[in-house]
Amino acid sequence: MSLKQLNIFVENKKGALVEITETLASHDVNIRALSIADTEEFGILRLIVNDNETASKILSDKDYLIKITEVVGVKIGDAPGKLSTALEVLDKEDINVEYLYAFMSRTEKHAYVVLRVADNDHAEKALEAAGYHMITDADINKL
Amino acid sequence: MQNYYQKEIETMPVEEIKKLQSEKLVKQVKHVYENVAYYRALMDEKGVTPDDINGIEDLHKLPFLTKADLRDAYPYGLLAKPLEDCVRIQSTSGTTGRRVVAFYTQNDIDLWEDCCARAIVAAGGTKEDVCQVAYGYGLFTGGPGLNGGSHKVGCLTLPMSSGNTERQIQFMNDLNATILCCTPSYAAYIGETLQEKGMGPDDIPLKAGIFGAEPWTEEMRRGIENTLGIKAYDIYGLTETSGPGVSFECSEQSGMHINEDHFLAEIIDPDTGEVLPEGSKGELVFTSLDKEAFPLLRYRTRDICVLSRKKCSCGRTLIKMAKPMGRSDDMLIIRGVNVFPSQIETVLLNEGYQPNYQIIVDRKGNNDTFEVNVEMNAEQFTDTVSGVTAKEKALANALKTMLGINPSVHLVAPKSIVRSEGKAVRVIDKRKLHD
Repeated sequence: MSLKQLNIFVENKKGALVEITETLASHDVNIRALSIADTEEFGILRLIVNDNETASKILSDKDYLIKITEVVGVKIGDAPGKLSTALEVLDKEDINVEYLYAFMSRTEKHAYVVLRVADNDHAEKALEAAGYHMITDADINKL
Repeated sequence: MQNYYQKEIETMPVEEIKKLQSEKLVKQVKHVYENVAYYRALMDEKGVTPDDINGIEDLHKLPFLTKADLRDAYPYGLLAKPLEDCVRIQSTSGTTGRRVVAFYTQNDIDLWEDCCARAIVAAGGTKEDVCQVAYGYGLFTGGPGLNGGSHKVGCLTLPMSSGNTERQIQFMNDLNATILCCTPSYAAYIGETLQEKGMGPDDIPLKAGIFGAEPWTEEMRRGIENTLGIKAYDIYGLTETSGPGVSFECSEQSGMHINEDHFLAEIIDPDTGEVLPEGSKGELVFTSLDKEAFPLLRYRTRDICVLSRKKCSCGRTLIKMAKPMGRSDDMLIIRGVNVFPSQIETVLLNEGYQPNYQIIVDRKGNNDTFEVNVEMNAEQFTDTVSGVTAKEKALANALKTMLGINPSVHLVAPKSIVRSEGKAVRVIDKRKLHD
């Protein structure tokens, strides 16, 4: 049960994001969700894509620093308060969220939340016990 | 008014100085050959014996010593006296890898302090003066050298060591310090602190300063002279030969008189080792004529410099060296500390990085900034900013342990450091240290 996230080290230079997104587009890699953490000197671009292998290869070939990490993906209802209810589950288990981002489904009335926590298994078990449905790479490919 | 500490030496006719040097050199070569197996082997290899050295005209026959020899021979390999005859050890700033330890007999200390005393007197110092020594004390030669020189002159000595600028200023004023000895960047910093307090040159008792241990420009000299209301004099030296006081500036402030009775200077072509005629620009080489415990013969300083025997208005006949104009190796002096790029490479390899890095040194105000950019690999990269900054901090700490100064470390993308003709530019020094 895992969701892979593609992390790309981006130096704060003009045109860096254009080059990355163009490279992905030219190889038919579809970005499903993204978030950026940035500092004065550098940024970390985190992507959920339909084809990690291709994305990772073509960006590595262009000397981008790439790392694939596993994150927790959870499906939540698309209504006010649903995110905070889900986060409360983690809070009760003392699971600290380092970062999160979310995206909407086009077909279903759902939102998908990507979570970075210290212990994925712990978070997934807690959420599943509370009735949540986890999303995996296979789900992403179906979107 | 001209004052000398040892007039008979400082104003000795050149021919007499050369004769004195010749006599001392013959004796010194014998002393080294008999007592230092390391150097004897170098001489044997070159087929030179002490009998071949009959005066300074034969100096060129002797082999050179370099920092690499000092490292190979660490710690006792170049010692020429039994340890029980030695009374002091001093060391260079590098904490590992490039460390140099020098040994002194009591006589070595006395002669070294005489050299510093000459510098203080040349800067106008007398026994009436209060001399504030704000060089670091300890293994570093700056504090102990000027402290000893100040005693010899008879100044009231204030052994402040470096740092605690508030206290420096308070003692300077309360105890009426007239001479300040420290690094030029620290002198400039004291000046800035005074200005922040709304104090000008007339609010402090200083009249002169003796500044060395790092490169500084004429522009910096003028700045220090204006903010502190003093005459600022340069002083030169290195731990390998003794410490500060190998050469010093006089009232003319145009180059430093070398204490030739103790240190025999040559300028060589750094590539061929060939001795160059007076007035040529090349690498400065010193032979210690009087050192007993740690007598280095033909030690290559790596400082690029020019010597001149032009008559000096101060009356001293001692040959003058220009401010060093650069280095013939890749050593950097950052915040007064010697830094070799190879030390940084060692740390990177130890910490699991590839040696793909760039050092950027600059000067903001009068303080050196020291940045190290290092290319990261996938193993070090993480998906969080805190993860990357933690790696930067850990690397900065490892570098600080090695170098003794704190760099600001930036991890950068692979192959992002500019390579010219396939070779990365390792050092960018933006400071204008040489006029």
